[in-house]
This record gives sequence, C-alpha cells and structure tokens, in this order.
Amino acid sequence: MMETIRSLGIWGLNTFERLGRGHLFLLHLLTGIPALFFRFSLVIQQLYSVGVLSVFLILISGLFVGMVLGLQGYNTLVDFGAEESLGVLVALSLVRELGPVVSALLFAGRAGSALTAEIGLMKSTEQLSGMEMMAIDPIRRVIAPRFLAGLISMPLLAAIFSAVGVFGGFLVGHGLLGVDDGAFWSQMQVKTDWFDDVFNGVIKSMVFGFVVTWIALFEGYDAIPTSEGVGRATTRTVVHSAFAILGLDFVLTALMFGDE
Amino acid sequence: MPLVKIRDLHFYRGDRAIFDGVNIDIHQGKITAIMGPSGTGKTTLLRLIGGQLRPHRGTIEVDGQNVHKLSHTELYELRKRMGMLFQSGALLTDLTVFDNVAFPLREHTDLPESMIRDLVLIKLQTVGLRCARDLMPSELSGGMARRVALARAVTLDPMMIMYDEPFTGQDPISMGTLVNLIHRMNEAMELTSIVVSHDVAETAEIADYIYLLSEGKVIEEGSPVKLKRSSSQWVQQFMQGLPDGPVPFHYPGTGFSDDLLSPEVSA
Amino acid sequence: MMQDKNTEITVGMFVAAGIAALFVLAMKVSNLTEFTDEKGYQVIAEFENIGGLKVRSPVTMAGVRVGRVADISLDPDSYNAKVTLNLYSKVDNIPTDTSASILTAGLLGEQYIGLEAGAEEEFLQDGGVIDLTQPALVLEQVIGQFLFSKAEGEDK
Ligand SMILES: Nc1ncnc2c1ncn2[C@@H]1O[C@H](COP(=O)(O)OP(=O)(O)OP(=O)(O)O)[C@@H](O)[C@H]1O
Ligand SMILES: [Mg+2]
Repeated sequence: MMETIRSLGIWGLNTFERLGRGHLFLLHLLTGIPALFFRFSLVIQQLYSVGVLSVFLILISGLFVGMVLGLQGYNTLVDFGAEESLGVLVALSLVRELGPVVSALLFAGRAGSALTAEIGLMKSTEQLSGMEMMAIDPIRRVIAPRFLAGLISMPLLAAIFSAVGVFGGFLVGHGLLGVDDGAFWSQMQVKTDWFDDVFNGVIKSMVFGFVVTWIALFEGYDAIPTSEGVGRATTRTVVHSAFAILGLDFVLTALMFGDE
Repeated sequence: MPLVKIRDLHFYRGDRAIFDGVNIDIHQGKITAIMGPSGTGKTTLLRLIGGQLRPHRGTIEVDGQNVHKLSHTELYELRKRMGMLFQSGALLTDLTVFDNVAFPLREHTDLPESMIRDLVLIKLQTVGLRCARDLMPSELSGGMARRVALARAVTLDPMMIMYDEPFTGQDPISMGTLVNLIHRMNEAMELTSIVVSHDVAETAEIADYIYLLSEGKVIEEGSPVKLKRSSSQWVQQFMQGLPDGPVPFHYPGTGFSDDLLSPEVSA
Repeated sequence: MMQDKNTEITVGMFVAAGIAALFVLAMKVSNLTEFTDEKGYQVIAEFENIGGLKVRSPVTMAGVRVGRVADISLDPDSYNAKVTLNLYSKVDNIPTDTSASILTAGLLGEQYIGLEAGAEEEFLQDGGVIDLTQPALVLEQVIGQFLFSKAEGEDK
C-alpha cells in the first residue's frame, strides 16, 4: 500500500519536474527567435522539412475527409429535405473543427515525430554537446528555427486541408449526388462567418502548431540518448500531441463558440 | 598561475562518486595528459571543465574565471576560446566535411566566404583530409571522423584544446601524424592541451605532465619520466599495460563468486 | 547552393499555397466579401417578436439577398424589438411602404427577414423606418392557437 502511494508520489514529482523543464526549455527557445529574423535561411530550410514535406499528406487527407463529409452529410440532410445546406455542413465542420484538428494530428505524426527523432539522434550522437562546446547554443541554433517553422507551417497546412476538403465535399455533393452548385456555395457563404469561423479556426491551428512543435522538440531534446530512448520519445510525441490537441480543442471551442 | 585550476572536485552519478576530492592544475602552453582506466570519468572531467556538467562540490577555474559561476553569455564567450575534440567526433551529420569545419567560423565570424574556404582547406590539409571535403560524415571511418573533428576544434584558434581520446581508431601512420600534430600545434600556437588517452607510449612521448586517475582520486601525477620510475605497483601496471595487478578492470560492485553463488534470481 | 535555391522555391510555393487557401476560405467559403460593400444604408423596423432572428441574418427581397441585420435592440417604450437593417447601396429603390416579415428558411431553418415591396413612389433613405411588419411565427403559439380554435369548433 505504502509502496503504491510512494510510486504515485515519485510519478507526480517526475511529471512536475519534466513540466518545469519543458517550460524552461520553451523560454530558452523563445529567446532565440528574434535573431532568426536576421538569418531567415535557417527557418526556410526547416519550413521545407517541416512544412513542404507534409503538404502531400495534408492534400490527400483533406480531399478524402471532405469527400466523406459530403457523402455522410448528404445522407443525413436529405432526410430533412435540407441537402442544399450540404455546403454549410462541409465548410463549417472543416473550418471550425476538422481542418485544424485533423491536420494537427497528421502534422504530429508526420513532422512532429520526425523532429523528435532528429533532435534525439543529434543528442545521442553528441552533436548538441559538440555545438555547446563550440560556443553555439543548440537551443537557439537548432531548435528555435524548427520551432518557428512549425509555428508558420501549421496554420498554412490547416488552411490547405480545409480548402481542399471543401472542394472534396463539393466534388461529391455536386458531381456525384447532384446538389445544386449555386445553393452549395451561396448557403455556405451566408452561414460561414470569416471571423467567427475561419479566423477562429486559424487561431486554433496556430495554438496546435505551437504545442505540437514544442512537445516534439522537447521530447527530442530531453530523450534518453539511446536508440530505445529516442524511439520512446518519438512515440511520446505522437501520443502527448494527440492528447494536447484534443484537450485544447475542447477548451478553445468552448471559449470561441461556447456563448453562441 | 595555471590556466585550469581544479580544487576539491566532487561529482556523483547517483550514489557513485566519480570524483571524490580531485585537485588538478593545467599549465599554460603545456600538454597535460589525463589517464586512467576506462569508466573512471575522464570524459566527465572534460565536460566539467567545459561547463556542461556542474560539480557537486569544489571549483573549476579556467583562465581565472570560475566556470560554474559564469552567466550563459560569459560561459559561451569562454567556450569560444576552448576547443574540444569529442570521443565520438560529434560531427554534424547533415553537413559535409567542409561545412563541418567551416561551421564555427560561419557562426562566430563575418569572414568572407573565400577566406573561410582558405582557412578550412588549411585545417583539412593538416589532418590529411583536404580531398575528402565533400564527403558526408556518414561516409567517413571512425578515425577519419575524429580527424575532421580535430580540424574543426582548431578552426577558431582557441587558447586551449581538450582532446578526448584522439588516437583511438587511428592506424600507426595517422597516429604518428596526429601525435606530431598535437605536439607541433602546442609549440607553434602556444596552445594549452589536455589529452585524454589510453595510448600510454604515444601520450608519454608528448605530454609534459600526466595525471593518473582512478576511483575518483588522483593516484599519481608528474612528468612522464617520473611516472615511469614510480615505485607504485598500480602506476607500473597501468603504464606497462600488464593484465595482473591492483588496477581494477571491473566496474565496482560485489565479488564475482558472491554474484554466482547468490540465490537471488533477479526478476 | 543549387539545392538551397530549390528549397527556397518549394518553400515559397508552399507558403503561397497556404496563403491562397486562407484567401479561398475567407473569400469563397465565408462572407468576407460582404464587408467590402459594407457602406450600404440603414433602415429600422420594429417587430412584436423576432423569434430566433440574429445579428447578421440575411435580409431578402423576392428571395434575393439585399442586406443583413446590423443590430437588434429592445425599444424601451413599446417593448418591441427594434431591428436595424443594413441594405446594399445598389438596392436604392425600395418603396417607403414596403413591409418586412420574419420568415423561416425551410421548416427548421434559420430565420431571416423578407421584404415585400410596396407601391409608393418614394424610396427608403438612410435612417428610414419600415412601418409594416409582421412578427416571427413562434411554433408554440401557432400550435396553441390551432388547438384553441379546434376546441372552440368542437364546442359549437
Ligand atoms: N549520463 C550518465 N548517467 C549516469 N552515469 C554516467 C553517465 N555518463 C557517464 N556515467 C558514468 O560515469 C562514469 C565515467 O564516465 P566517463 O564517460 O567519464 O568515463 P571515461 O573515463 O571517459 O571512460 P572511457 O575511457 O571508456 O571513455 C562511468 O562509469 C559511467 O558509468
Ligand atoms: Mg571517455
């Protein structure tokens, strides 16, 4: 009994300690951001590996999610004779929820895990220590550009996801199921508000980008420098990111859309 | 006044004392060798000097500054004047050999690219790898990687270099070249060198002073000649590489027979 | 350095695609375009009951969008709902005796304001008032009235 309580205590202390380290890491990282505006080429390289390499996945997933929404939405709406509202349903679901959330989950799996593995391996091969001894702060030189790249990429990816998704919904709704295209677009425009829906969705994806990149980089930086340690850190990145995304999504949704 | 002054150093990993009251002086312009059995904490010592680890007790001063009392910025300023050659090389795997050696210059100076090129080629030439400059680190052998790392460690012309096992994995020819190189750099550039090595003969050849570490203590110190003449059995065994003697080969713990006979089957 | 250039180009394309997607979401999917012709004119209509009408609900005439609800408040004297309509400036020929009613799109849909043109020669100006209004149908009241009249009918 005492043992259980004790191990619970140890677990709690470790968790808090890690949280503390994670926040110090974030502060340290943020001090490296201003200098990046004078060396933007570092960020561009990372935008390539974090952003560009995720585009294909985002395009395909967005298209299919939109198409499924079109099918499912139509089947439900047609019972109420409201299939004209298909555009609204597809657009609102994507812009408010699925766009930011699904693209963030995909981003965590694609770019987040890669970041963790990369940083973890750099740590285990002493590249980070090596930089420190060359008087180059690895958190500012290596981590900060990746962080900024994640922050920039996520809203762009989410926007691409939503836009492609709406198009996918239109393809199925109009092309396959024969919903009137005028009604599809005009209803959608009437009901989707650029601030309440689109802008809030962008804010969401920015928050997700921040959190996912932070988690990924910290897990890599804090990984036990062995192949097993890095492997575990990579798994943790994906799991913790998923929790963070879904939990934060609830909080943000309650804040943004709760009082309507 | 020594360049590096270590006083009463205590450092623990868990409950195990890696350093238990160690005093070391490294003198300006000299080559000081740190030797000791594998796992005694030689790499740890270098990391303590470089400010990557914090001692639990005691002080380390480099050039009159207490390394562990410096601010982040001051520490990084100090590190610009210290080179370190890592045991593993620690090359940046996404950069070519050339870019690796150029890395500190590009980060810390505003030199024009043509000048960086000249400087890098000179350094690569001294380690015999000028023509390997376009290879990636993954295409190098362990020994080659170590030589690239050496070239990189000296690009900023530091006041002091710490070599963590520079000779391991080198064939006799490049070993001889490296020994020579370290020796020559020390004389020509007034460099202070700390060499961690197991290669007793080579190290004794160039070192001005040797510290022998074991079990958290300095066992013996002095010039190579003095150590070779030492009456201590321990020193004799280590310097001559004899298999039998007081130097422990095993990681400390319970006796072998106790372990074999113990009924405990660890779950 | 060749590789650097390609990286820069693809990154540039990525950022452009992302911004284009945001642009599509703002312009095509949502209603940002309307804010460009915001400078219409405003007229006021009072309703006994507005039901589920909301700010930014559409205002239509013969099914064509001619504006949006800009503001809803309670008139302190009459206890009526005072609704400010923002009408597009290009629709500047709405007669002063036009009537406004609150309608529902479909059985369960959103509520909106439908305008029905009158016959007057004069047109509504900025700050004008629509006098003829018809309140929203509140389903409970309709059902209540229906049951009531049915009961009365049976009594006879
Ligand atoms: N991160 C760590 N966590 C816990 N213990 C460690 C860690 N790193 C090193 N040690 C322990 O510290 C001791 C000293 O390690 P160190 O790497 O300094 O040895 P070394 O003298 O350089 O050995 P070698 O000659 O084999 O390189 C070792 O016994 C090792 O068990
Ligand atoms: Mg070592």
